[in-house]
Amino acid sequence: MALSEQEVAKLGHLARIELSPDELTLLAGQLDVILQSVARVSEVATADVPPTSHPLPLSNVFREDEVRPSLPVDVVLSQAPAAEESRFRVPRILDEEA
Amino acid sequence: MSNEIITASAADLAARIAAGELSAVEVTRAHLDRIEAVDGEINAFLHVDTEGALAAAGRVDERRAAGEDLGPLAGVPLALKDVFTQQGVPTTAGSKMLEGWIPPYSATVTRRIQDAGIVIVGKTNMDEFAMGSSTENSAFGPTRNPWDPDRIPGGSGGGSSAALAAFEAPLAMGSDTGGSIRQPAAFTGTVGVKPTYGGTSRYGQIALASSLDQPGPCARTVLDTALLHQVIGGHDPMDATSLTDPVPDVVAAARSGDIAGMKIGVVRELRGEGYAPGVIEVFDRTVELLTGLGAEVIEVSCPHFEYSLGAYYLILPSEASSNLARFDAMRYGLRIGDDGVRSTEEVMQLTREAGFGAEVKRRIILGTYALSAGYFDEFYGSAQKVRTLVQRDFDAAFDRVDVLISPTTPTTAFKLGERVDDPMAMYMNDLCTTPSNLAGNASASFPAGLSADDGLPVGVQVVAPARADDRLYRVGAALEREVGVLMEQIANYPAGGSR
Repeated sequence: MALSEQEVAKLGHLARIELSPDELTLLAGQLDVILQSVARVSEVATADVPPTSHPLPLSNVFREDEVRPSLPVDVVLSQAPAAEESRFRVPRILDEEA
Repeated sequence: MSNEIITASAADLAARIAAGELSAVEVTRAHLDRIEAVDGEINAFLHVDTEGALAAAGRVDERRAAGEDLGPLAGVPLALKDVFTQQGVPTTAGSKMLEGWIPPYSATVTRRIQDAGIVIVGKTNMDEFAMGSSTENSAFGPTRNPWDPDRIPGGSGGGSSAALAAFEAPLAMGSDTGGSIRQPAAFTGTVGVKPTYGGTSRYGQIALASSLDQPGPCARTVLDTALLHQVIGGHDPMDATSLTDPVPDVVAAARSGDIAGMKIGVVRELRGEGYAPGVIEVFDRTVELLTGLGAEVIEVSCPHFEYSLGAYYLILPSEASSNLARFDAMRYGLRIGDDGVRSTEEVMQLTREAGFGAEVKRRIILGTYALSAGYFDEFYGSAQKVRTLVQRDFDAAFDRVDVLISPTTPTTAFKLGERVDDPMAMYMNDLCTTPSNLAGNASASFPAGLSADDGLPVGVQVVAPARADDRLYRVGAALEREVGVLMEQIANYPAGGSR
């Protein structure tokens, strides 16, 4: 199941991580080794075994719907990379021509 | 005097503070001095909060002077793993992504620790976002093992365990996703407990893999660990996976140590090839000791444990790739390349490239692959089925025995740099510890002796059924009475002595 550098680049894009050519080479090799090792799980994962996503069989955990104070806006925005008029300032989201 | 303070147990210090023999400020100062003296080499701390610690200690002394009843750990210093938020104190989780971030809120465990009058002296080093087994993946340099500074202290919570072993604090907090409390405890001759999943609140713990993560107590003695467990445990409405059950009476169990008649299962699969002779020797001696104390020891088989590591290294990266999507350069943390021209998506990609270290990227990419269309059933789906099989192995074993034991790790602490370029070799550290996280039950590592191979500490892992955390402490206390507190044998970082 050799993973190509192109495939790793695509995964990098899906995860929104810009990977350098060196990283692509290194990761492709390392992921191959890791995947070959972990792929053994499919040996025993037969159709009759139900999957478990969580250790506790919990469902519908609610707490009282009470109005509570939120964190102070100035404290939160003091940790933002950029802020403007009590809001987070982010880079452009749409293309210029859009 | 101060040497005697830093080697004392937390329970002892608290009792003497309550009796007025020592002040909390005096105890805190002794530990801050010790940090100042040794942490240049050990690097257990990413941030030392001298001012905050002395202020907190001062408040304990004032409360005592006013005649208030103090808790059983009031005035005792604690080292907090940097994965937990502490309002107003820098929290990085070992990552450049959060360098300089000052959290606007505290984790539930942080708050409970502070409410108990415990003095947080600083934030401890860790593998970035808790991904690692050596603390070498920290963006801020590795932590060294006080038993041998050329060796790693384990990970991800190497900073917390090293702080205990170097007598920089008598109490520490860890978080365990696949062994991050137990493996460093084993490598440093200290005690570490992973409570039952849901037994301690994850609110304010920077998430790695939410179905596996669990905060837990660390200390040099079994009783100190239990006292801290009691403080941090219990239901928290801020964590939807928090158990509503009362905390098992871990303190009584730690004081008792009575294991007469207890049925202990030795896991057949967790030994053999890859296990160091010195580790097996200490383990076998431990089994004999426990038998001598009246426990009934039998061998049990958990045939699916050999698939546990594979399942873990699929489930963890999958959940991590989702959890770490929050580091998007928009609301807090690092932002790179925002030049007014680049788009949000470009800034996000550049920031995550610059802010994440190699192991974090590796696991995010692995998780993204395991969850992607076409591979989901083969990888993530199969891993979830193995999770069921591992749980069934535990269920069958706990029908026959009260607790299970095995070595905590196949080897003792390894040298810095030894495994850093070989991810699979590093992952093998977690061979014995991951099944408990997959099943969500309670587990611990207790110091059991020194390996004849290299003179380094060996840990024994005890696993108990979910909600039976007290059984861990019963076994740990019994063992501690037989082998003593292993930390008393440390040679490289004796308290007070210069090396």
